[in-house]
Amino acid sequence: MSNSTVMDSKTAWGGNNVSPYGASYGKLMMWFFLISDALTFTGFLSAYGFYRHYYSSIWPTAENVFTHFPFMHGNHPLLYVALMTFILIMSSVTMVLAVEAGHRMDKKGVTFWLGLTLIGGAIFLGSQAWEWYHFIHGTELGAIELGKGYYTLPDGTVESTKGIIARWTDDSKQVLLLPWREIAGDVTSPYLQLTGQELTEALAAGKEIYGANLTHNEYGHPLFGDFFFFITGFHGTHVFSGVVINFIVFVNVIMGTYQKRGHYEMVEKVGLYWHFVDLVWVFVFTFFYLV
Amino acid sequence: MEHSHDHHTPEPYKYAVHHSEEDGKKARRVIWNMFWVLLAITTVEVTLGLIWKNIGVSWGAVKMTFIVLTIAKAYYIVAYYMHLKHEVKAFKNTIIVPFVLFALYLLYHIITEGVYSEMMEKWLY
Repeated sequence: MSNSTVMDSKTAWGGNNVSPYGASYGKLMMWFFLISDALTFTGFLSAYGFYRHYYSSIWPTAENVFTHFPFMHGNHPLLYVALMTFILIMSSVTMVLAVEAGHRMDKKGVTFWLGLTLIGGAIFLGSQAWEWYHFIHGTELGAIELGKGYYTLPDGTVESTKGIIARWTDDSKQVLLLPWREIAGDVTSPYLQLTGQELTEALAAGKEIYGANLTHNEYGHPLFGDFFFFITGFHGTHVFSGVVINFIVFVNVIMGTYQKRGHYEMVEKVGLYWHFVDLVWVFVFTFFYLV
Repeated sequence: MEHSHDHHTPEPYKYAVHHSEEDGKKARRVIWNMFWVLLAITTVEVTLGLIWKNIGVSWGAVKMTFIVLTIAKAYYIVAYYMHLKHEVKAFKNTIIVPFVLFALYLLYHIITEGVYSEMMEKWLY
């Protein structure tokens, strides 16, 4: 970037006004905050990865959980999450365009692009609320949380059924599917089936579950629900605070605060935070929804 | 600067907060190019997630592809949208090195210490 500006001493580092990093104090501190925040998310996602593989034989597949799309019937695995991802990437683009406009002191441009970023963030938050609603309320069919009992797997091992989630094959409720896979982790291997006498016994000992909360989860292991609420909730909190901060800066842009100050660095700083939120979602999308 | 005792006079504190119309045009072109790259990677990921069972590839290979594509996406966001690629070298290292080290440390413990949770489950329950 060609033209630089000598900044006021309040935002400069101490020591002869020399910045060893060629960046202001505020921008660098934003980066340091983002590192610590990134490590929190790294912790969340590694813990998720650990339990996902530890319980791989009974872990639900995300593409079987998030199959709804607003105003559409039927099965649309991952489509809605893909749309949410697209919205967030798009809002990252509008944010970086706002930063670019700020570099040219183009107040109108900053207002326009930052406004679009706000709208993108709001749509994403709405989408997340919609997805939480569906996950919490679950399907019409529900599932059965099995009680005490033992089942022999095809390979001869005997497993306790306590707390295991079994799902119906269809509305007729004649066949229950046990989530054990023939080969642990292989999402293509078929589930075990319960019918007749076995089914009656399983229903008597078990409990009907609809949707998910922190202790029960219709779709499978309760930890899947816990991680879903904590990871997407923690990310959603970041998006929410991002929208609030962007709004405050947006109001300042309209009032001409940064025009008077002579530079739009504040837009760049909140922009870093906003890109970080997008960056985290890129990882959540892969590790929670895809793999 | 007149208080400087260094034999070489340090640069005055400045920061690139402005660029010309010309540079702006270039910057916008990079931004939109990166948008298409990110969109393309996301499209490939979703498509692969939907069709991998029908094209005869192993789940392991698909998973690795997802992880590689994710890291590529993260690189483009950090390097171009967060502008880290154009910061000074010391700045880049200060941000990247601690994070990567801690992240690897975390992964190492998750993988190696993970065996204990299986033991715990057998002893406690």
